[in-house]
Amino acid sequence: MAPPLRQFGRVWLKPIAFWLLFAPFAWIAWQWIALIAGLPSELGYNPEEYTHRYLGDTAIRVLLAALAVTPFRDVTGWAPIMSIRRRIGLFAFAYAFLHIAFYLGVTLRFSLPALWEDVVERTYITFGMFAFAGLMPLAITSHNALIRRLGAVRWRRLHWLVYPIAIFAVTHHAFMVKVNQSGPWVHGVILAALLGWRIAKHFGLARPRARVQMKPAPSAAPGS
Amino acid sequence: MLIRTRKSRQLTDNDVTPRALYANRRQIMAGGAASIAATLTGCARRENENKGGAKSGVPLDYATSDYRPPDPELTPIEAVRGYNNFYEFGLDKGDPARNAHKMTIDPWTVAVSGLVDQPGNYRVEDLVDLHALEERIYRLRCVEAWSMVIPWIGVPLMSILEKVGPQSGARYVAFESAVQPENMPGVRARNLDYPYVEGLRLDEAMNPLTLIAVGLYGEVLMNQNGAPLRLVVPWKYGFKSIKSIVRISLVEKQPPTTWNRIQPSEYGFYANVNPNVDHPRWSQASERVIGQGPFDRRDTDMFNGYGEEVADLYAGMDLREHY
Repeated sequence: MAPPLRQFGRVWLKPIAFWLLFAPFAWIAWQWIALIAGLPSELGYNPEEYTHRYLGDTAIRVLLAALAVTPFRDVTGWAPIMSIRRRIGLFAFAYAFLHIAFYLGVTLRFSLPALWEDVVERTYITFGMFAFAGLMPLAITSHNALIRRLGAVRWRRLHWLVYPIAIFAVTHHAFMVKVNQSGPWVHGVILAALLGWRIAKHFGLARPRARVQMKPAPSAAPGS
Repeated sequence: MLIRTRKSRQLTDNDVTPRALYANRRQIMAGGAASIAATLTGCARRENENKGGAKSGVPLDYATSDYRPPDPELTPIEAVRGYNNFYEFGLDKGDPARNAHKMTIDPWTVAVSGLVDQPGNYRVEDLVDLHALEERIYRLRCVEAWSMVIPWIGVPLMSILEKVGPQSGARYVAFESAVQPENMPGVRARNLDYPYVEGLRLDEAMNPLTLIAVGLYGEVLMNQNGAPLRLVVPWKYGFKSIKSIVRISLVEKQPPTTWNRIQPSEYGFYANVNPNVDHPRWSQASERVIGQGPFDRRDTDMFNGYGEEVADLYAGMDLREHY
């Protein structure tokens, strides 16, 4: 591995990842400021729906990005990428949280009974809530001290949950749309490819390139 | 975004009709119905055509009416023209405004068929009495839980049905939208089964509220709003109000309707606005108010607020079953 790339991995990768992951939030926040200030805004005639979908889409895409880290390492052999996986996962949780908070606050006007009714009665919202509820323990146990307390094996077992979570999240999206729209399909195909890679690896059908090993770190490789 | 705070009692005709058009009305009246007919079906004067070929700003002459919601905060015209469901032109709410100008609306004929005394192919102006146009401010409630308040220009569907003479066996009215694959990307993509079809029970169709609109905000309909003529049934979810009608049939049996065919568990034939019967995937208890403040929501009214006029039509029916 060439020194500049190693330098990049060590110094620049994490801050760049942070700002890239933060950018969607900055963008939507700016659109709201513009809207309220009467400036041109991209939120359109239904800012509520736009924002709700934008946050949900972003949560799913960031989650897929988190799932793509290990296959990326496997294919390229570039281990430093692993150092941003936890960060990506936490952002996925943050966007999912904003997605639900916005729905509860603006669409349901903070009515918890209405949210409960949604979760109980509507399958796609039930699925979405499964996904969010599943992300919560993963986010909580992303703290270094907790990772140490759990131990690698139990931590890995817990974080295996990310696979059903991703399936629930994409299904939630697919059940929500009215007719065949491309979005959920694209997410579904990407998720299938990422899961397929892991299954193939598990059965020895795909061989990761393991030239560059990363030394074991607290955030190392659960479920990979 | 425009945030309107005026109350209904402060509304005047000038709120509905842009001032320039209002001032223009006398001139149009002098031109007579012939020029209105021309503008409806596309022979508009050149200066009235925008770059896409769809006409806007073509004023209509009409009478005002008492039909208005108790608190009509009119939806800004840009939202009425920019936020549409018209899947023939694409799934995105902005697609119709982008693509609908490609639709050919001249010439336009409406085939009237089935159990009627006067079947045939009608020009718009032969079906719609352009001297009898009236403005009606209706709330449009979409099944997707949003609403607009729109000043439509049109005639009661009843007046058209009386013209063509329903026969005694007719119990339903079936409608069909235009299909122009070369001009409609959604039709080419087959995002639904086309043509889009809708239907009403004959007594619903004959209700005085049921309108055939040829304009809104004092002007001829833009294509994305269903030019040259469309149905407006204000107590039903918006998908019942079929756009760009090319066929009206009087029939004996309940006709198929597009969304019901796609997902019968979610979209019924009646599709009356009903806050107590949820869509399986979302609540219908409240609605987003389009084009007003970003957080404006309102509680949805039974029959969209038109219960006084239409509740009798459904006496004795279980509206949970006949959603």
